Amino acid sequence: MSETQPGHGLPAEGDGGRSRAPHRVIGTPPPAQARTLLGEGPGSAEPEAPRELPAGPDNPAKARTAERVIAACFIASMLASVGFVAAYVGLEVHSLDATLRSNLALGLSMSVAFMAMGAGATIWVRTIMPNVEQVEERHPLAATGEERQAFAKTFKEGAEASGFLQRPLLRRTLIAASVPLAAAPLVVLRDLGPLPGTSLRHTVWRKGLRMVVYGPNTPLRAADFSIPGQMITVVPEGYAENQDVLAKATTIIIKFAPGQLVPNTPGRRGTVMNWTVDNIVAYSKICTHVGCPVALYEETTHHILCPCHQSTFDATNGAQVIFGPAPRPLPQLPIGTDSQGYLIATSDYHVPVGPTFWELGADGFRGGNE
Amino acid sequence: MSWITALRRRPAAGYAVVLLGLVTIGMGYAALTTQGSPASAATPGTVSPQTIAQGKELFSVTCASCHGVDAQGTSQAPSLVGVGAAAVDFQVSTGRMPAKELAPEFDRKPVTFTTEQIHSIAAYIASLGGGPAIPSAAEVSTSGADLALGQSLFITDCAQCHNFDGAGGALTFGKFAPALTASTNTQIFEAMLTGPEAMPVFPDSTITPAQKRDVIAYITRIRAEPNPGGFSLGRLGPVTEGIVGFLGGIGVLVFLAMWITMKRRES
Repeated sequence: MSETQPGHGLPAEGDGGRSRAPHRVIGTPPPAQARTLLGEGPGSAEPEAPRELPAGPDNPAKARTAERVIAACFIASMLASVGFVAAYVGLEVHSLDATLRSNLALGLSMSVAFMAMGAGATIWVRTIMPNVEQVEERHPLAATGEERQAFAKTFKEGAEASGFLQRPLLRRTLIAASVPLAAAPLVVLRDLGPLPGTSLRHTVWRKGLRMVVYGPNTPLRAADFSIPGQMITVVPEGYAENQDVLAKATTIIIKFAPGQLVPNTPGRRGTVMNWTVDNIVAYSKICTHVGCPVALYEETTHHILCPCHQSTFDATNGAQVIFGPAPRPLPQLPIGTDSQGYLIATSDYHVPVGPTFWELGADGFRGGNE
Repeated sequence: MSWITALRRRPAAGYAVVLLGLVTIGMGYAALTTQGSPASAATPGTVSPQTIAQGKELFSVTCASCHGVDAQGTSQAPSLVGVGAAAVDFQVSTGRMPAKELAPEFDRKPVTFTTEQIHSIAAYIASLGGGPAIPSAAEVSTSGADLALGQSLFITDCAQCHNFDGAGGALTFGKFAPALTASTNTQIFEAMLTGPEAMPVFPDSTITPAQKRDVIAYITRIRAEPNPGGFSLGRLGPVTEGIVGFLGGIGVLVFLAMWITMKRRES
């Protein structure tokens, strides 16, 4: 070990750091009189020159301790890696609990393996390797003019020798082979479609379709929804299991006391009163911003909040936006009752529900039937 | 002030500052997420004229200053005529009433009255006319409840405000939806029945008593769910998990970066 000659070749302290570690570009041969990093070459009989790097650590006793710590880190890393393989092979993943256990074992062993190896390497650098600053200088990356000329010559000769220029049949068939390959991704991308067409503008709500309470999926009589301050999520009857339909058609209905709703009048947006039943009003539950379910209904303020970006709608006032990023009111669903008193839709939504999109048009921003 | 400079130049000073920051964040978070103590369960009692009289007396002493001597309401507090016994039992058994001061939202706090006193006040308010009664123990029992339907209802109509895990959440202008972690079955039932404060009403005609029991079963069942990793982090979802992961992860990385690049002292 080099510990036997600590500080060998180092000038005395106070000599100034620069003289013991002269600047040198890494990767270039050392000055002729300097020793190489890997020891003297065979047959070298030149006189001892100042070393660039000290041969051993500053403090040999400390280095011996550190060596054991580093070795322990590496052995810990080795055991953890073996443990990773053992955990992968040994632990079953056929149930949720078993998968959680397996994930924990795999993650722990892999992190210990990497952490211990990294810690060992860092301690190695910090305790055993010499504490000397070296400067690596930049050098121009461009090739010389001669090298560039030689490359151009080789390229030209190669092109001539290959016959690419002289044999048009080969050249054209190669190009013909490339074109369909380039077109293949276009065909694959086409299957991202089809375009939505008018599906963004319609839901399954139609005249006479009953509203059912989502969950138990039971229809609701207007008479059973009679306490002001009531709010519930309803979906179209028969579609409660169809998530594609519910993504657009989910609706909230709210009961108000007489006189609370602000009617829609010419020149002023509000609730369309002939779309309500006995002060029950229905709004789309899909936020007009980016489509989160809006159902934070504050019964005291009549505000409907979106939990995602805090868009706030005034439920008494045609769900006009009073705060937040939503660009338009929640669409109001025209509702009525059937012969048995159950709440029904009397038509589809008159404006598209859900996130506002580029092609929506000015009609989509209408509050009601103005 | 030279001792500060001396401390700052100690090798461990950087670690100490980072550690102090992490501990401060952790303790601040713990202080913010401390939960109140659970309130005592309430059971309905029989109503006699004496009970109503006792309730009226308690009402005159502790409630009438805001709600009016005949519970007719004042500019500060609403009328209690027709709210029913269930509303009184909910408000008083959770400690929300009597309120100490006007606030955007009245939070759960230690209960002032005994169950018997609460029931007598409730009986007095119920005697003023109508409103839902306090549910019996059998009415709020969750044995045989349909957890799946309870989850479906909770996720659709409760979770927006009360959080997917019943941990509560913020509303507007200082109002908030309280956590459901300390609520008794009776209190959850009464809350759905009466719609306290900003909460909408879910009467039996919309959510049947059996469905209310399903919701209660779901709310009480998820309290027993294990916390992966050992910490609940308030069960607020990705926000707290992200903050802890980010701050904790960044903290560890700062330590490691400081250790790797720390200048070695010449030995």
